[in-house]
Amino acid sequence: MGLVASGKVPKPLTHLLNMSRKYSLWCYQWGLACCAIEMGAAFASPRYDVMRLGVIPFPASPRQADLVVIAGTVTDKLAPAVRRLYEQMPDPKYVISMGSCSNCGGPYWDSYSVTKGVDQIIPVDVYVPGCPPRPEALLEGIVLLQERIQNEDPAERFRGDPIVVG
Amino acid sequence: MTALSDREQLTSLANQAADSRVNLEFETEGMTLNMGPQHPATHGTLRILVKLDGEQVISADPMPGYMHRGYEKLCEVRTYPQVTTLVNRIDWLGSFANEVPWILAAEKLMGIEAPPRAQYIRTILFELSRMANVSLFLGDLGIQLGGITVGFYAFRDREHVLNQIEAVTGGRFHPNFDRIGGLKDDLPKGWIAETKKAMEKMRAFCDEVEDLLFGNEIFQKRTRGIGLIPPHVAQSYGLSGANIRGSGVDWDLRRDACPPGLVYDKADWKVWTHPDCDSFSRSWIRLQETREATKIVDQLLDSIPSGPIMAKVPRIIKVPEGEAYVATENPLGEMGYYLVSKGDLNPFRVKIRSASFNNVSIVPWVCKGVYVPDVITILASLYFILGDIDR
Repeated sequence: MGLVASGKVPKPLTHLLNMSRKYSLWCYQWGLACCAIEMGAAFASPRYDVMRLGVIPFPASPRQADLVVIAGTVTDKLAPAVRRLYEQMPDPKYVISMGSCSNCGGPYWDSYSVTKGVDQIIPVDVYVPGCPPRPEALLEGIVLLQERIQNEDPAERFRGDPIVVG
Repeated sequence: MTALSDREQLTSLANQAADSRVNLEFETEGMTLNMGPQHPATHGTLRILVKLDGEQVISADPMPGYMHRGYEKLCEVRTYPQVTTLVNRIDWLGSFANEVPWILAAEKLMGIEAPPRAQYIRTILFELSRMANVSLFLGDLGIQLGGITVGFYAFRDREHVLNQIEAVTGGRFHPNFDRIGGLKDDLPKGWIAETKKAMEKMRAFCDEVEDLLFGNEIFQKRTRGIGLIPPHVAQSYGLSGANIRGSGVDWDLRRDACPPGLVYDKADWKVWTHPDCDSFSRSWIRLQETREATKIVDQLLDSIPSGPIMAKVPRIIKVPEGEAYVATENPLGEMGYYLVSKGDLNPFRVKIRSASFNNVSIVPWVCKGVYVPDVITILASLYFILGDIDR
């Protein structure tokens, strides 16, 4: 990907590249708590069926994944594992933080053992609010992420630079 | 119990024979296998450190704590009604069932009782959350043993129950609906008829799972005779719920020690036990319990009385000084709250006795000497939820 990383890709090619990337997201399910069940409902149930959005939810390991959904409470004991998981993923990589717990601590905002927001550890692309969010909310988050991928400059991502969270 | 001892003897004989053969033919080597903290078979973030000799497990140590959120300490800084929001998230599959013992403990100390209609609706919602919980277990069991189809069926039919819970409480998962002295709201219009239809669908789901999963030869081969827990061991480890009934012990808190505030005695239902003590029997018990739950709900819906849904409760809830322990038969087993009050807005101390912690404590015992694939079977059939272990 020397050409992409150099940032000299013609615009139509960038469009094509981004479109093919956004409709083939391999999504690793990092289910931690309650949100994991709603994520399961969104990804594995026939009612919500995430595959129609071009998301494949069955990579065997984070090393094959483009997208990780952090679904649930991240505790301080688990935080190193989350960080390590993120570092194992190949660039370009995306993170969806699902649920109040991984967004900001949620109902455990005053707990001694809960990490108040997974964005303290890894950069997050899309925050899905709710406790837990409905499966539709997660699907909306994925659609928003796809919009973001469509409009981004791939060079930035392929270089693996840290992403500005915001 | 003769069937058990025969089966046990056979298993140990087969194991010995297999061992002697393996040790003659191969030099086996020790190895440490780390399962988790993220593993599809651990229902969350349980880490299990498995020490192996060849393919045989020497020791399996569960390492909980990855989902510890400090519930007991958090409860001390919340007021009594606020605690229900927290305890919803202990066993996240059957959320409403977590609130009930808490509310009953507070009611016991305050000396009030919910009106009959509220008690009926409570029991109905309790059983609905049991269905929501156990139907996912049945799907998950299939997924973990290699039959992913059952998972799709479970997620499809679970929605019927979740829809009914959502129609009453407004929340698919965490209803936060139980109040000290009653319930937040009455049933919406037309709910009873819709719930009866949903119960029909759940019964159809149970039949489907029985055909699809329990009748499957591979499933039977992988579960029958695997993970034997004799009754005395189950009792000494404090197992509860379907795990102890799967070991042939006829013990169900709903029937034997139902706390006031739940109306299980108004319905005609059966406590299932299974003498086999293996993974299959534990799973089978859960399937039967789902069926019984649909029956309980149907009967209670027919006989639900009219009247208020809230007793007279002061606006600012202060629980008088004292101690109370109330336990109910939750989807995973006995769940109880030991509540100490000093007469304040907040509880002074809360001890949560959750079923999964005890259920998972038997893992080192039951996993000794089994083979690696059987660890998955045993963990799946013991059925724990990480929030319920770590709190």
